[in-house]
Amino acid sequence: MILIGERINGMFTDIRDAILSKDPGPIKMHAQKQYEAGARYLDVNTGPTVDPKEQPEVMEWLVKVTQEDCPLPCCIDSTNPKAIEAGLAVHKGKAMINSTTADQFKMDLYIPLAAKYNAAIIGLTMNDKGVPKSAADRVALAMEIVVNCDMNGVPTDDLFLDPLMLPCNVAQEHGVEVLETLRQVKTLADPAPKTTMGLSNSSQGCANRHLINRTFLIMSMACGLDSAIADVYDTQMVEEVAAARVLMNQDIYCDSFVKTYLQR
Amino acid sequence: MAVNIVKEKWTSKVGEVVLGTENTVTMGGESTLPFLHFEGAIPHRPVMALEVWDMEPAEWPEPVKEPFAGVMSDPVAWAKKNVEYGADIIALRLQSANPDFEDTTPEKCAETAKAVAEAVNVPLIILGCGAEEKDAEILPVVGEALSGKNCLIGPATENNYKTLTATCLVHGHSIIASSPLDINLAKQLNILITEMNLPADKIVIDPLVGALGYGIEYCYSIMERSRLGALMGDKMLSMPIFCNVGQEAWKAKEAKAEDMPEWGEQKKRAVLWEVITSSAMAQSGGSLFILRHPESVKQLKVHFDKLMQSNEY
Repeated sequence: MILIGERINGMFTDIRDAILSKDPGPIKMHAQKQYEAGARYLDVNTGPTVDPKEQPEVMEWLVKVTQEDCPLPCCIDSTNPKAIEAGLAVHKGKAMINSTTADQFKMDLYIPLAAKYNAAIIGLTMNDKGVPKSAADRVALAMEIVVNCDMNGVPTDDLFLDPLMLPCNVAQEHGVEVLETLRQVKTLADPAPKTTMGLSNSSQGCANRHLINRTFLIMSMACGLDSAIADVYDTQMVEEVAAARVLMNQDIYCDSFVKTYLQR
Repeated sequence: MAVNIVKEKWTSKVGEVVLGTENTVTMGGESTLPFLHFEGAIPHRPVMALEVWDMEPAEWPEPVKEPFAGVMSDPVAWAKKNVEYGADIIALRLQSANPDFEDTTPEKCAETAKAVAEAVNVPLIILGCGAEEKDAEILPVVGEALSGKNCLIGPATENNYKTLTATCLVHGHSIIASSPLDINLAKQLNILITEMNLPADKIVIDPLVGALGYGIEYCYSIMERSRLGALMGDKMLSMPIFCNVGQEAWKAKEAKAEDMPEWGEQKKRAVLWEVITSSAMAQSGGSLFILRHPESVKQLKVHFDKLMQSNEY
């Protein structure tokens, strides 16, 4: 399970303020803290307050600052393709692009970028019509993305398909469809595509959010989830992931299994 | 249609351990399963050590005593003989320190070890007497006497690893982390040792192997699984594997039985027992073999050299 730390995002006020005042302190602090907490990628997002014209420059700064003292690669998160490319251009190691949808014009923008920078890419199983309700329709969109990656020479195991979980208080029927999608997308190509999920989505606006996130994460792992964008400061969640990896025979058991998961 | 060769892509490799100072011996470093040269790097031939005892081993069968006639009461002469016989490493077993034998003092053990170290120009493995508590007394003193010689010392168990790890840290030796055929315990012991700051490239895993006919299948599976773990990135199972084959093979009734003409000549069959056990262990990931008979070293050298020829295509 590759945990992608969600914290370096301009939606959080401390990060927004750091971006506006060009203060690297809080960004570096969250990079290091998430690294120690078990993150293996760091999501970086300028947030909505940055003017679209300035986003490329801000993303470049954000990636540089994040990687300055922290060895983790970034998951470059933006709806602005120019900002994504600006981040990719200065990134060290294997970046992840967050994200493309199954819309052809978007795939034509982002997938060649993944090929050019040898980056992984997140593919959302949605298009301009929105998020499909059924697993079958999600899988159909996933196939579109798989085909486009293949055509552009992006290895299918560099593709992280996100079946898009919706908040369980307003879209309760989606949970089982997402789990079924996770199972099915693994059969779409060889090597199988990877999978990911914006975990906090599942509990948006709900009570007891961490409990919902954690529970859905472990259920999803059992169905084939390879990574998640998540709050790695939830230590109970990280420990549960370590236990789940042992139970699924992904890590060889030893008494210090939580510690070894954190130290990998 | 052209045949597409399917190759496994591993993300990690086995760590390398170096023993000795001048004539060093390196083991490990494999980036795929044993001898699949076409898939990854197999940088080092499996290493063979011949055993020397600090007392005459009364219960060794005749065929394995015969090559050492006249030197078995003198560890220095015996060690030199082993080098002549082609051993890559000398494994000195301080058996006499066992309270059931002569209960030799740590100081006397250190003296013997030092004399052997000075007499040969190959790296040294120091094996304790088989009693955990006594080993924790003798090995620190021996380790100090051999300070800087980059020996391999053990076996360290979950009961005495602290003392032995400290010795290795202070005097620059590597450690044999020993656990009874249990991958979970092996991993945990490696974690405990590295937590004391001994680097992973100073550890070899001793899974306490059994001989052919005495649980070899189980050893094979455990070793294979830990190799797969290493290749998939499990750093706490990435150490080279130590196989003490000699003591197991020569304990087997197939090696010891004298009056069994229907099993073939004793010497031939006993040596084969050691050779076949070792070659099976090499196929499951063994890197270091402790042997007793020089003929086994000779036969295995031919076998391993053949296996080291590239099969790349």
